[in-house]
Amino acid sequence: MSEWIIEVRDLNKYFGKHHVLKDINLRIRFGEVVAIIGASGSGKSTFLRCLNGLEPIQGGEIIVDGVAVNGKNTNLHKLRQSIGMIFQNFNLFPHMTVMENIVLAPQKVKKIPRKEAEAIALNLLSKVGLEDKAYSYPSQLSGGQKQRVAIARSLAMNPKVMMFDEPTSALDPETVNDVLDVMKELAREGMTMIVVTHEMGFAREVSNRVIYLDDGKIVEEGAPEEIFYRPKNPRTKAFLSKVINV
Amino acid sequence: MNFDISALYKAVPSLFWGATVTLRVTILSIVIGLVIGIVAGLARVWPNAFLRAISSAYIELVRGTPLLVQIFLVYFGLPALGLNLDPFVAGVIAMGINSGAYVGEIVRGGIESIAQGQMEAALSLGMTWWQAMYHVILPQAFVRILPPLGNEFIALLKDSSLVSTIAIAELTRTGQIIITRTFKSFEIWSGVALFYFVMTYAISRVVKYSEGRLRYSE
Ligand SMILES: Nc1ncnc2c1ncn2[C@@H]1O[C@H](COP(=O)(O)OP(=O)(O)O)[C@@H](O)[C@H]1O
Ligand SMILES: [Mg+2]
Repeated sequence: MSEWIIEVRDLNKYFGKHHVLKDINLRIRFGEVVAIIGASGSGKSTFLRCLNGLEPIQGGEIIVDGVAVNGKNTNLHKLRQSIGMIFQNFNLFPHMTVMENIVLAPQKVKKIPRKEAEAIALNLLSKVGLEDKAYSYPSQLSGGQKQRVAIARSLAMNPKVMMFDEPTSALDPETVNDVLDVMKELAREGMTMIVVTHEMGFAREVSNRVIYLDDGKIVEEGAPEEIFYRPKNPRTKAFLSKVINV
Repeated sequence: MNFDISALYKAVPSLFWGATVTLRVTILSIVIGLVIGIVAGLARVWPNAFLRAISSAYIELVRGTPLLVQIFLVYFGLPALGLNLDPFVAGVIAMGINSGAYVGEIVRGGIESIAQGQMEAALSLGMTWWQAMYHVILPQAFVRILPPLGNEFIALLKDSSLVSTIAIAELTRTGQIIITRTFKSFEIWSGVALFYFVMTYAISRVVKYSEGRLRYSE
């Protein structure tokens, strides 16, 4: 097994004529926590969506866990089971209880028996602090609770890497920390994580590496203290001075 | 004004019989229309472009031509191809194919009204497109499809009066026949209208009731 869970080589992505990701090269180790920062519209979401094959790419190669995401014979459904994805607006299934949300994919995709899937779900719910919400509907939860359910739902598939796309930007300030705490705990347990975030404090504290994306290009990357305190690129400096008030 | 209530009263058994034929035509057309429409609606959003094109051509063609012409085409046109259909069968087939196009659009609209993020979340969990459709999208779409579907059923019931033109003795045709005998136009057409109204009202109540049963808060 290679030491890299994700390898991206010369990735290019267009929406029509619009060049959205430009010659991206990136490798991520098992167990690494990588934060991706950058202005809105710089291509962060698109990049994550390319990694799990939700977006087709026009150039380059993406290898996840040894499998070419865009390979002709790649079983994307199988590959996606090992890539958890958390969205800014949760995307919980509103017609299902929290429990049903969590057990659906393990049952239908992995064919795990209902009882077993429910036991796993309860376990994960207590991990995210929501065991008492198992039989609530998403509409009965706060934003922070929804996002923690979404994380539990993803974890139920036992992924090898978790991707988060601005997981706290749609939340009321008072519930942000509950979600960040769950994510910190995950990182402590050694989960490989890619986190698109505007929570610079979180990026600084938890990530091993920060990537600054600007207009579809990786302009700068490095350890958080490098990027945050000694950014080399003027564009990084300009961006950080806007988002951090130090 | 003279409204001969007794003429209407005498016509009730015949009109009632006509109404049962109308109901039979409508229900069979609804069933055919639902089957075709669900397939056509799913095909419109299917990842395969060829299926999308076929379904879209069917829907456009049917919606772009009058139902009456479609009924004539099936009843008077198909015999040219050696296919002689009984009027009832021809009427039901024409109406079913017609309704399928409208149901197809309703199904497509319902599916597309569900946020794209739902499909993406399901796919990201490793589900296939079909699993995502079946477990995540369709159950939500169904709740939104129901009201327009109810309207389509009601429209279909009313449009079924057009099959009177190919000699199916449904409600409208029954009314016409009684009038040629009795000349009581006003009374009989009032009765016919009342029968239609009772049936459409019943459908709308059933649809409302099931909507209430199905609603979940989003
Ligand atoms: N489905 C799409 N079709 C066309 N353009 C898109 C689509 N999704 C994103 N874009 C464009 O791609 C660029 C990058 O978007 P995105 O990845 O969402 O940026 P970020 O997540 O960093 O805010 C933006 O200019 C956006 O308008
Ligand atoms: Mg984004």
